[in-house]
Amino acid sequence: MSEPQIVLEAKGITKQFPGVLASDNVNFDLRKGEIHALLGENGAGKSTLMNLIYGLHRPDKGEIIVNGKQLDVQSPNDSIAAGIGMVHQHFMLIPVFTVAENVMLGDEVTKRGALDRVTVAEKITEISKQYGLDVDPNALVGPLPVGIQQRVEIVKTLYRNAEIVILDEPTAVLTPQEAEDLFRIMRDLTARGVSIIFITHKLKEVLAVADRITVMRAGRVINTVKPSETDSAQLANMMVGRQVILTVDKKDHEAHEDILKVEGLSVRDQRNLETVHNVSFTVRGGEVLGIAGVQGNGQTELSEALTGLRHPTSGKVTIDGNDLTGKSPRVITEAGLAHIPEDRQRHGLVLSYSVADNMVLCDYYHAPFSSRGVIQPKALDENSRKLINAFDVRTPSPFVNAGKLSGGNQQKVIVARELSRSNVKLVVANQPTRGLDVGSIEYIHSEIIKMRDRGVAVLLISAELDEIMALSDRIAVMYRGQIVAVVDAKKTTREQLGLWMAGAHVETV
Amino acid sequence: MDWKRFGFIALIIIVLFSVVVMVGQAKQPPLLIVTSMLATTIAVATPLTLGALSGVFCERSGVVNIGIEGMMLTSAFFGWLGAIYMFHIFKLPPSVSIVLGVVFAILTGALMSLLHAALSITFKVDQIIGGTVINILAVGLTGFLNRQLFFGATSVFKGSVPSSPGVLPTIHIPITELFASACGTSATCLQNVQAINRVFDQKPIAMGAVLLVFFSHYILFNTRWGLRTRAVGEHPKAADTVGINVVFMRYANVLIGGMFAGLAGAYFTIESVPSFEPLLTNGRGFISLAAMIFGNWTPIGAWAASLVFGASQALLINMQIFRDVIPPQWSFLQESYIVGLTPYILTMFILTGIIGKTTSPAADGVPYEK
Repeated sequence: MSEPQIVLEAKGITKQFPGVLASDNVNFDLRKGEIHALLGENGAGKSTLMNLIYGLHRPDKGEIIVNGKQLDVQSPNDSIAAGIGMVHQHFMLIPVFTVAENVMLGDEVTKRGALDRVTVAEKITEISKQYGLDVDPNALVGPLPVGIQQRVEIVKTLYRNAEIVILDEPTAVLTPQEAEDLFRIMRDLTARGVSIIFITHKLKEVLAVADRITVMRAGRVINTVKPSETDSAQLANMMVGRQVILTVDKKDHEAHEDILKVEGLSVRDQRNLETVHNVSFTVRGGEVLGIAGVQGNGQTELSEALTGLRHPTSGKVTIDGNDLTGKSPRVITEAGLAHIPEDRQRHGLVLSYSVADNMVLCDYYHAPFSSRGVIQPKALDENSRKLINAFDVRTPSPFVNAGKLSGGNQQKVIVARELSRSNVKLVVANQPTRGLDVGSIEYIHSEIIKMRDRGVAVLLISAELDEIMALSDRIAVMYRGQIVAVVDAKKTTREQLGLWMAGAHVETV
Repeated sequence: MDWKRFGFIALIIIVLFSVVVMVGQAKQPPLLIVTSMLATTIAVATPLTLGALSGVFCERSGVVNIGIEGMMLTSAFFGWLGAIYMFHIFKLPPSVSIVLGVVFAILTGALMSLLHAALSITFKVDQIIGGTVINILAVGLTGFLNRQLFFGATSVFKGSVPSSPGVLPTIHIPITELFASACGTSATCLQNVQAINRVFDQKPIAMGAVLLVFFSHYILFNTRWGLRTRAVGEHPKAADTVGINVVFMRYANVLIGGMFAGLAGAYFTIESVPSFEPLLTNGRGFISLAAMIFGNWTPIGAWAASLVFGASQALLINMQIFRDVIPPQWSFLQESYIVGLTPYILTMFILTGIIGKTTSPAADGVPYEK
């Protein structure tokens, strides 16, 4: 068998950003018609490498060879001309444009100066048919489901005749079924000679679809392997650089009395649309209730209503018997809520405050942190040193601004502040590990389980099904603002949950 | 575009016109009043229309421009000054001097907008501050140059302000000539045709502004340039990833916007009256911003909103014509300051979002960082 043709080769790529060597002498190659996965944690240098290939940044050293020719990328135009297309993790689509407008942008077809939307629509339909990428060229992009938006992104690259397609974390926003669909599309593409670079940090996906896997860590390539010659544990070790425990170790739970009781809760979002409809559930002490669901199905508004950030339009929320419906966050916090918010930088921390200040945001106003309305720096200092130690926060000092810490350490500051309080009865954790490295995820998961074992009620909201499956005792699935199913975590499967997340109708079990 | 918005605009214009017709019908037939008011409305809406177009191009590309007022003022000054220099110093014929004056005004607008573009795109200064800088600079600069440098005791004009070569002429559209024969011998018919003709007999900048509205609308929504401009204002990163030069597009559109503001400035000193006085733009740059917002960042919508403000100014002008016939119960309309407040009160009402929500471009006012 002859060696397959190499369509893209990166040789000795080095890129220095202020303070970080984002890419350190990286070598990488892509063969025609293969799916080559690029695996690594956040900050491992995967996206940097792709941005260098795509021309959004320029390498300090090294060369990129496409189809035997050296590529000198000044801007994305050069890489597009060389047949490289990229589907970014955060879609590069304009919500107020139609599919056709989004696809043609930058490579417009015009007829006597006017945009020729008809010709473009025909071309899109043709691509759709050829690759099984069903999209309506005249639909507005904004209201489309993310899975379809992703197709539009892929169509965008094919419209530009891309032969090399880079997919950056494409499954992060998809349901398991949508992800399956994407994998089918990826195989269709490779069958037609398109080569794919698939960037991800999910081990399962890599093993399922990739032809080859390159693992990166701290800006370097650790190894390139075939899926048949490796397994999850080995890949994880390469990613992190040490033994990792992939499963969360937890005892069987002992559920106590009801702590959080939600009855008939309805919430409107800022556009005044009702995004949570008549939701009822309970969380008992000593159990983790996981709320699974694709992002944007009302989870954000639900957690905001529970934590006092948003007024519910109707319904009742009680924590340990106290009616806290529509009360202020401070009242709810004092009643025993610990909140790990969805967006740690906007709602979890004051980035321009020091770590020490951030660690007392919930109780700076009473003793020992305040005395007659004056903050006691000594108490703050002691508290922060204690928590930094106990929660393993890596910070140069307690006086560094929270904004300067890495994502994992920022999250640890929040976790430390919220979980260290003595009166916690309920933890609401919304996407507690989003965007974190494997080490921090492991740590935060163990802290959550510790709280549960102490008899605290935990409500875990996450779009990561693996996280929900690993931590929860019971799982509720949210779809279009309603809880469509509540099941025992041990008696369900990923596939079943995926179906519910996609809206398959069920009776509450 | 939504009909609610246009319906609201039409309603206000009808109300304003009705007031004048009620007051003035003792003196003139309603058709004559309506057509003359319409003519005035279109003429006085000109700087607002152009100012709003200026805003549309800047903000559609993602740069907030509250410096339109200052750009207009500076352009009005330099356009007027240019015409005077061409006429008195270079001894060019008046018509050539006037046209060159317009060119000067447009170039001044472009230069001022270049400053705004550099501040907000290259140096990423807060765009509201950048715009404020332009406005303050314009007041100081025109005030100083007007009094000291060009017309001071040591200047070539030796302390006196020479007369300007004049204003742009009205262009006659031959509607009367075309339709007069259809009237036969009926004198009223001929009168009516002449009255209607008055609406279309406008000066070049006023006419140009209306044409530019439709031209801009087409450019923005049906051409490659427009698609890219809007892309850069909605999601610059997305535009960048498909190889569109975000910085270039923003600079170019701010410059185009500046030229529109410059033409608006020319309206004041070269088309309306042949003189300059400090602060003569009198807040119209800001009203045109309100018109742009009310028009939901579209040229045609912005024009319609500008006509509302034009109509309220036409009301003010016509109230003075009909001073002596205002019935006693309407006597408060004689107080010109009351009617003079109308455009500003309308601005306040309209901006409180009376008619639905407007949606600004998503990346409006956000500098682009790679």
